[in-house]
Amino acid sequence: MSVRHALLALLSEAPKYGLQMRDEFERRTGEIWPLNVGQVYTTLQRLERDGLVVSDGEAEGAQKSYRITPEGATELATWLRTPPDLSSPPRDELVIKILVGIGLPGVDVHEVIQAHRRHVVELMQEWTRIKRDAAADDLSLALVLDAELFRLDSVIRWLDAAEGRLRRVGATNPSRPAASKPSATQARRGRERVAR
Amino acid sequence: MSALQLSRVTKVYGSGAAEVHALRGVDLCVEPGELVAVMGPSGSGKSTLLTIAGSLEEPSGGEVNVGGVGLSKLSRNERAALRRRAIGYVFQDFNLLPGLTAAENVSLPLELDGVPVRAARAAAAVALERLGLIDRAGRFPDELSGGERQRVAVARAIVGDRHLLLADEPSGALDSVNAESVMRLVRESCQGGVAGVVVTHDAQLASWADRVVFIRDGRIVDQTAEPDGPESLLENAAR
Repeated sequence: MSVRHALLALLSEAPKYGLQMRDEFERRTGEIWPLNVGQVYTTLQRLERDGLVVSDGEAEGAQKSYRITPEGATELATWLRTPPDLSSPPRDELVIKILVGIGLPGVDVHEVIQAHRRHVVELMQEWTRIKRDAAADDLSLALVLDAELFRLDSVIRWLDAAEGRLRRVGATNPSRPAASKPSATQARRGRERVAR
Repeated sequence: MSALQLSRVTKVYGSGAAEVHALRGVDLCVEPGELVAVMGPSGSGKSTLLTIAGSLEEPSGGEVNVGGVGLSKLSRNERAALRRRAIGYVFQDFNLLPGLTAAENVSLPLELDGVPVRAARAAAAVALERLGLIDRAGRFPDELSGGERQRVAVARAIVGDRHLLLADEPSGALDSVNAESVMRLVRESCQGGVAGVVVTHDAQLASWADRVVFIRDGRIVDQTAEPDGPESLLENAAR
């Protein structure tokens, strides 16, 4: 997550003090991502060095006020509209564990899938408890919790789909599937073509 | 005393080569005030478990106790009376009667049970009020939104003195915000002392439960552990 751009966003509303920005950042991210004040000041110094913010220059520390420059506003606008890199699949440890587990002697991959499913559902229960107890008007927290619950839900859906596929091929311990390297290579080449 | 107890429950459909074992020795105990989700894929036996728990179907073997009463010891009429008085159902497709208003749909189970109309309507008004639907009491199902229809279905399930709430994919085809409202209502009913069982394949719905049990091929294969508390999760997020 970009603390740098989050601070620029806060400054785009009005000039602010460092401590005030820390508090606003935490409130607006549902207090899920705490930020220490040292990190705020270090980031502000770098933003000032890069000409994206200016300080009033006289006061020190907590009394120092910052405002965004036109270059900072342009940087913020560009960042907001630039998609994060979703084009290449992340190296997902869970996916790797299931892939490795298929066909391993002495391993029931369904048992492995269930162990992960249970753990993810337990995490979802904990997030849902936070949601249940959250104030009805805390929009930031609701959005952050939704994002986390949808992310975990997608893990469960993948585990369900993986289990369904394994059952369809009719094996609790199937032999390793035929080399899938060509198709993975094709997918990578496809992405490279799109990127060009 | 458990609100619901299933002991070694089996259910077999058909016979011979066509025999299907829907449940294979299920044990499940739900305490008053507890919400349990039963999670499993299509064909895992979760809906059969619910219909047997609600005495809509009889098991092939084993015993079902509702509020300490063994269902196998009851006559057909006694079971029907228990269903009307003690057990509320929420179905995926709502199952509201189109010719009755929201209030009439909610009061119907009580009226069928011999509760005088005036008292049944008063109880229906209390349930509709709890679900924020009192201003829709006189509307027919086709005059309500999907979310409102499902809330009427929940009101009908909790009206009167029900102590067991059974729900099969209760959010149906609702969007996620409306689905969340339905689960909040189910949750609140349980906090009032009602025992709840929700069967679903949807992890987001299941995560509203105190306990999630996983069913595969007619067997309960696993369940979630007691929570550490949300504080631990927030501490992790902070790291």
